[in-house]
Amino acid sequence: MIVTENLTKHYGSVKAVEGLTLNIAPGEVFGFLGPNGAGKTTTVRMLCALIGITSGRASVAGCELGRQDQDVRHRTGILTEAPGLYDQISAERNLSLYAHLHDVEDIAGQVERYLRMLGLWDRRNEPVGTFSKGMRQKLAIARALVHEPKVLFLDEPTSALDPEAAHLVRSFIAGLKQEGRTIFMCTHNLDEADRLCDRIGIFRTRLLALDTPAALRRKLYGRTTVFHLLHAKSEWIQILQEVDGVHDARVVDNRVLVTLDDPEKQNPELVRKLVQSGADIQFVGELRRTLEDIYLQLVHSPED
Amino acid sequence: MRKVWIIIRKEWSEVFKNRFVLFTVAFLPLILTAIPIVILYVMQSGGDLDAVGMADMPVDMGGLCAGMSGGECTQYFMVSQFMLLFMMIPLVIPVTIASYSIVGEKTTRTLEPLLATPISTLQLLAGKGLAAVIPAVLATWGGFGIFTLATRLLAAGPNIVARLGDLLWLLAIFVVGPLMSVAAVCVAVMVSSRVNDPRAAEQLSMLVIIPLLAVFFGRIAGYFMINERLILWTAGALVVINAGLLALAIQLFQRDTILTRWK
Ligand SMILES: Nc1ncnc2c1ncn2[C@@H]1O[C@H](COP(=O)(O)OP(=O)(O)OP(=O)(O)O)[C@@H](O)[C@H]1O
Ligand SMILES: [Mg+2]
Repeated sequence: MIVTENLTKHYGSVKAVEGLTLNIAPGEVFGFLGPNGAGKTTTVRMLCALIGITSGRASVAGCELGRQDQDVRHRTGILTEAPGLYDQISAERNLSLYAHLHDVEDIAGQVERYLRMLGLWDRRNEPVGTFSKGMRQKLAIARALVHEPKVLFLDEPTSALDPEAAHLVRSFIAGLKQEGRTIFMCTHNLDEADRLCDRIGIFRTRLLALDTPAALRRKLYGRTTVFHLLHAKSEWIQILQEVDGVHDARVVDNRVLVTLDDPEKQNPELVRKLVQSGADIQFVGELRRTLEDIYLQLVHSPED
Repeated sequence: MRKVWIIIRKEWSEVFKNRFVLFTVAFLPLILTAIPIVILYVMQSGGDLDAVGMADMPVDMGGLCAGMSGGECTQYFMVSQFMLLFMMIPLVIPVTIASYSIVGEKTTRTLEPLLATPISTLQLLAGKGLAAVIPAVLATWGGFGIFTLATRLLAAGPNIVARLGDLLWLLAIFVVGPLMSVAAVCVAVMVSSRVNDPRAAEQLSMLVIIPLLAVFFGRIAGYFMINERLILWTAGALVVINAGLLALAIQLFQRDTILTRWK
């Protein structure tokens, strides 16, 4: 649905995006993560045919950037970094204006559908200037969807929203995912990316990593099983380390942390060994690395 | 064409809510129409104009005043002076509206989602341009209509009333006025694509009134006179200038530049 090859953008001497190569499948929710100034907005603008590309190529929804820009604009919807709504006119007119510009057939129907879906129908006649930040963001999302785009770009959909509004927007995006839409989402919120996205690209001018959230975690740290014991004894470490596929085992307070390849297979054996050695096991669990750990490690890696 | 109209309607509902714009668009024509009416009124009631002989008039008025009495010619002279200032309307209004409608969209960050729609640059420019030109032209024509009516009501000499229906005035109001509006919009668009503050854009674009002021003062100083020939030449020149300005404005108004040029 989105294919890029060596996509590059320079602003004069500033290199905003360098050699980005991606292939995003239909129905995929793709998370684009990176620090401030990484070039996320620049990438989205290129993919929506808002700004030209310096080199490389890309196609979005089957249309080639630079050659079929109007078609790209037809088939994409974008939630821009700032909602950018017309304050003086009503929510309904804001939406119908965009529906007109996108040649939507059933304008009234589409406008009503999205205003209702985002809970703005009751306030449709009020000027947008009177709306709260959360309502504006929702209206901007409705605007990005009103022409049923094939690909939806969301540039930081929940930043600057309070937790409740952010939650609302997030569950709305989850709903869109259920409908099978292709979504390209820039975000700083790692937890959000972890929960919503099928794959994540970590990006700082270039792509640093690209995989599913779980695979990213595994790749960088392996997986870790935690045994909570009544009393932890250091001699058990030796026993556990002899098991095949275990990379590391250590004691922290009365817990034993074991890093291993395949916990589903190896955990039963580890439990057996511990019980045989006389350990009183209280809980067994998995230590989940947060995406934040991975993100920080990649973004601050010294090689850049 | 439908998209152009949609943009025009949107511009009007947004831009006329702005107090600066509304003030300029409403008050300028009012004042510029009222001044010559007041002058006519004062001259009419104030003194024995017929005592003024033709010999007292600027020499070059002689030709234009053919068939008028000295008093009428004085009135006509004053009126024609002010009509030059009246021509500020088709310059100032489009500059104000276009400055706010383009740079205003940059500051409210509404330009990006707008440019993300499949509207063509030409449609967008046409919408924004017409949204600025139409009110200007209507205000010019309306002001002229009111003025013509007032000269009648004030019972200014019938010769003067008749003169306002001359080819000279009709050309000025109905041909040169709209052409000037188009030129003003092009300048405002060019400035707006480079400037990021609506008021700065407005002030910079206002430089378009300099040629008009030059004509005004040149007229007062007696360097040349306003006659049909001059108006026709002006109209012709404006057509050529507009073609150039339009091409330049479209060239400068590119999505890429407009979105990414911040200084
Ligand atoms: N119009 C512009 N002219 C010059 N440089 C620009 C322009 N827009 C962006 N840049 C530069 O390009 C780089 C990437 O900017 P971009 O806005 O794409 O980052 P971002 O990842 O969206 O950041 P943020 O998380 O802060 O939104 C930055 O170094 C920025 O300074
Ligand atoms: Mg950004």
